[in-house]
Amino acid sequence: MRSFTYARADTAEQAVRDNDADGCVFIAGGTNLLDLMKLQVETPEKLVDISRLPLAEIEEREDGGLTIGALVPNSDLAADRRVIEKYEVLSRALLAGASGQLRNKASTGGNLLQRTRCYYFYDLASPCNKREPGTGCSAMGGFNRVLAVLGTSEHCIATHPSDMAVAMRALDATVVTLKKDGDKRRISIHDFYRLPGDTPHIETVLEPGELITHVELPAPVEGARHVYRKVRDRASYAFALVSVAGVVTVEDGRIAHAALAFGGLGPMPWRDDAVEAALVGQAPSDAAFGAAADALFRDAQGYGHNDFKIPLARRTLIATLRELTAE
Amino acid sequence: MHFTINGQHHEVEADIRTSLLDLAREHLGLTGSKKGCDHGQCGACTMLVNGRRINSCLTLAVMHQDDEIVTIEGLGQPDKLHPLQAAFVSHDGYQCGYCTPGQICSAVGMLDEAKKGWPSHVSADLTDAPLDDHEISERMSGNICRCAAYPNIVDAIAEVAGLSDEQRQPEREVAA
Amino acid sequence: MLGLEKLFGGDDTNALKMDEPHPESLLDTGAQDVIGKPLDRIDGPLKVAGRATYAAEYDLDNVAYGFLVGSTVGKGKVVDLHAEIAKAVPGVIDVITDYKTFLRNPGQGGETKSPTQGVESVDYWGEPVAIVVGESYEAARDGAYRLQQAIDFETKEGRYNLDAYRDEAKTPPPGVIPPDYKQGDVEKALAEAAVTLDATYDTPSQNSAAMELHASIASWDEDGRLTIHGAYQMPSSDRQQLADALGLSKDKVRIIARYVGGGFGSKLGIAPESVAAAVAAKTLGRPVKAVMARQQVFDATVRRSDTEQRVRLGADADGRITAIAHETLGSNLPGEGFFEPTGASTHFVYPGENRLITHRVVELDRLLSGSMRAPGEAVGMLATESAMDELADKIGMDPIELRRRNEPEQDPQKQVPFSTRQVVPALDKGAELFGWDKRKGVAEDRRGEWFHGLGVATAARSNVLQPSAAKVTIDGQGRAIVETDMTDIGTGTYTILAQITAEILGLPIEVVTVHLGDTDAPPGAGSGGSWGAGSSGSSVYLACEALRKQVADKMGVAAETMTMKDGRVIADNRSVPLAELVGDGMSATGEIKPGKQEKETTQASYGAHFVEVAVNAVTGEVRVVRMLGVFAGGRILNEKTARSQCIGGMVFGIGGALTEEIVHDPRNGRVANRDLAEYHVPANADVPQIEVHFLPERDVHANPIHAKGLGELGISGAGAAIANAIHNAVGVRVRSFPITLDKLLDGLPPV
Repeated sequence: MRSFTYARADTAEQAVRDNDADGCVFIAGGTNLLDLMKLQVETPEKLVDISRLPLAEIEEREDGGLTIGALVPNSDLAADRRVIEKYEVLSRALLAGASGQLRNKASTGGNLLQRTRCYYFYDLASPCNKREPGTGCSAMGGFNRVLAVLGTSEHCIATHPSDMAVAMRALDATVVTLKKDGDKRRISIHDFYRLPGDTPHIETVLEPGELITHVELPAPVEGARHVYRKVRDRASYAFALVSVAGVVTVEDGRIAHAALAFGGLGPMPWRDDAVEAALVGQAPSDAAFGAAADALFRDAQGYGHNDFKIPLARRTLIATLRELTAE
Repeated sequence: MHFTINGQHHEVEADIRTSLLDLAREHLGLTGSKKGCDHGQCGACTMLVNGRRINSCLTLAVMHQDDEIVTIEGLGQPDKLHPLQAAFVSHDGYQCGYCTPGQICSAVGMLDEAKKGWPSHVSADLTDAPLDDHEISERMSGNICRCAAYPNIVDAIAEVAGLSDEQRQPEREVAA
Repeated sequence: MLGLEKLFGGDDTNALKMDEPHPESLLDTGAQDVIGKPLDRIDGPLKVAGRATYAAEYDLDNVAYGFLVGSTVGKGKVVDLHAEIAKAVPGVIDVITDYKTFLRNPGQGGETKSPTQGVESVDYWGEPVAIVVGESYEAARDGAYRLQQAIDFETKEGRYNLDAYRDEAKTPPPGVIPPDYKQGDVEKALAEAAVTLDATYDTPSQNSAAMELHASIASWDEDGRLTIHGAYQMPSSDRQQLADALGLSKDKVRIIARYVGGGFGSKLGIAPESVAAAVAAKTLGRPVKAVMARQQVFDATVRRSDTEQRVRLGADADGRITAIAHETLGSNLPGEGFFEPTGASTHFVYPGENRLITHRVVELDRLLSGSMRAPGEAVGMLATESAMDELADKIGMDPIELRRRNEPEQDPQKQVPFSTRQVVPALDKGAELFGWDKRKGVAEDRRGEWFHGLGVATAARSNVLQPSAAKVTIDGQGRAIVETDMTDIGTGTYTILAQITAEILGLPIEVVTVHLGDTDAPPGAGSGGSWGAGSSGSSVYLACEALRKQVADKMGVAAETMTMKDGRVIADNRSVPLAELVGDGMSATGEIKPGKQEKETTQASYGAHFVEVAVNAVTGEVRVVRMLGVFAGGRILNEKTARSQCIGGMVFGIGGALTEEIVHDPRNGRVANRDLAEYHVPANADVPQIEVHFLPERDVHANPIHAKGLGELGISGAGAAIANAIHNAVGVRVRSFPITLDKLLDGLPPV
């Protein structure tokens, strides 16, 4: 870990003011940032401690939605009665992630910004376009079992490791920020992440010094069934090989609403309109589910060790859809 | 920097980069909290901060100057053990002992979470998730024990939680 | 170390070489009734209270912090270290390397010479080439990471892929077993066999992943004597390795390892941080503490070799084995003599006139391979016990019945008797306890999304007696003190040595103190190869036996007529407090050595594993639902710690079967998954409530306490029982370990 200067902010406004230079980074839970700083994968020159900002509340809005402070710890969010009752997929996703200790520290905002677990991103001696643009991708010719099959580019095949963010995509969340100039901004989670393209080091649309203050959930979909299914190499405390977050309603024997998001497959929590288009209006059937899976993987590409993710995700998606639409 | 650990006040001069774990181990002589990975991947460093279990390796000491911190040394002493410490001894909930302080601090925090009604990944009903063996195993999975005292750890915690045999092993499908 | 011989007068050495059986044991005639009992560990309160001191936890004045710097090439040479990069970091004191002295490879267990030294040449990725020393841990770490990026290496072409160089495999020198064994004509017997099996299995490199990181605090006194507070399994030979590496006589090196946070083989020999810390401490004239980072433990300690194993079995129509061939391949660094003794148990577990057991090693530029828990059996029995299951399938026979029909009457190669052997009783008892009769056919037990299956495997692990010494003192108050440089790495040594002492000397266990892990005490066997309890326990036994004689002399009676209980000595119608007989105190040293018994009998611990798994029909996720081990390992010294040892081994079996795999990058040999997030040891949720059942046994050929090893028996065969259960559950036979879900997907029913 390189040395840094440290400032503790008491208000969001002060935090963005203190974030006054390149190399300045916010720290909240720190569970991912410090992990990477110890290895000098991240080398911020200044840390602005936002952990004491008054952003740890969950509030119901008049429109029936929830506003979640960016500093709400993952465990509190998972255990919140309103989340459990109206957004179960979010609770389930959070509980499937990390460990009790990590969930107690990790924040809602920070979880959205987790970096990839790619082995080569973590190793300074290996070329990595995400860590050091222009050096190349070691994962393509290396060990890539845990990496992406969707949305990759020739420059990067990293996966986004979050479970929570997958549920947030299925729930159509909005990320609320405070920019350096004091303006607030609302960004749909669907617009929040960027594909790697030729700039895999830029992962979100956040501007330098922009602070996530809240995440908003729209009013829950009435009558929806929620499932989060995570497949991993051990029973607990492991990142997803594949995960599926589903929020589905069936009316009059036909799928009326379908929101499906995926973890472990892409460089961002993945959602694809074509999957849902293949389902909405259809009677639940293996044919419809198969068509949804076909749509999801129409452009999929495996890199050898991770080829299995495609059949695994297909099977997991179909089983999850069955569960979501079972009578 | 100033800290309150196990009810005692400490003034420490330490590098800004010092983790809460290294503060305890290298500056305060509190070596009960262990370093097994230094990256939040094993749980040996678990401490209770404001009553919540966290990985002390993955947080900066400087961020915890106003917090109530409890380490294994604050839970009990060899001649006056905390009930969980005593249960780990009687159930042999350890072998080499290196992950043990973290396991015990984690168990203290976990039982408090369960008391608050927090569910887990294996809870069938998120609003009603009584502890059983599966719940304990899942909730304690952030603490790796390479000696693999897991069954005994579950026994120790179940005893302190006051679970009957029936409560420990209810009918359930294989936990996903 | 306490100078007790000066305090208490003369010493008395009681030595025993196991040339003859030892049918009598004072543990059977003791009156204290503590041996075998499930007592709590005597070191337990310290451990649970966080007061047990592990290697890096000694508070030395003026200590500096060292952080190793590993190479970033797989094969090559250091051209320019650029030490100035690290020295410029505030708080960094110095960058220290000694190209000649620093360890290139870590040490193997039991060696008394230094492992390969010299770090200008890089033989594997992550080889430590320097140590950065700072006033703080933070400064040293920062300097080390910056330095690592700045070093100029000359890169040479390396060999990183076992498959690519298989044709160049070499026959290694003899190890714990000979590399080759041939008997009869395997090819002919296979050609004539009614049923044959020919299957190839592979297992990956693995890491011991002990929870405590390798660590050394090195300090030199004014007389040039080095003290290392370190993490070691075998201090007495580790001390010699260190002394040889540093050009010192062994009495100039003291190792202190009172508590060791697990080893599983990785701490049998010395690791690179020890010599680096010692050199740095000498250079700087102050103590240096060097703790390897978890990633460095993966990079530069010891791995279990990857293996490829071809198993061929031939049997007659009744399932009686006529031919057995186990041809194995492993890997190691060039010039290293160690080979994974994959066929170790194949030598004696099953009969068959015609036998072929071979070991070949491919030299690769990847980190050292050496002993990890149950070297040989742990991976070898994955293959052989899977093969037995496959053979049973082919014949259409219950796998327990197949094993029953292949129970040899004596060692099938050496033609000597087994000292004890309870494979069939273990299988029978296990079958009864586990409900084996309820096992269904392949893929016939589906419950919702989960297929359930049962599997069985034999457990076997060779027993070894190592030379071991211990001194036991009875002080003037009638309390006993045990001293040896033996270690307790979680095995329960503190407690069983206290139990043996208490039983023989008739003392409440509370008045027995055990001092371990200090090379100033008599040299013990060390912890490894499951020999600790039998070897070290026997040395304590012999010391106590000598003390009984001394006490009997004081009492004026024959030792055989004397009963010792609760601190009193009873004989000749007298009952005298022990304290009154010992004067200022008395002491004795016990020494055990292996002898003819290990040649005249084949000694091993045995058992049977039973496993129920559930396999998810959609995803291939595997959950171990139930697990039972039935074991016979001679006398059980402490039912509680023995059970824990077995559980620990069985869970290692879960890891080996399902999740554990070091992945070497094919381009440079680097361990790609070099941390505990990506190298998956079992977590709590992976482990069910495991049952362990012990069969009563005494082994009079093994040692005077009649106990054999247990720490590795639990892993031997366990993973195969899981693989066999998976096959029973879903009908998929995976021969490439670990059985991760991707290997099952193709064989699962369509969704």
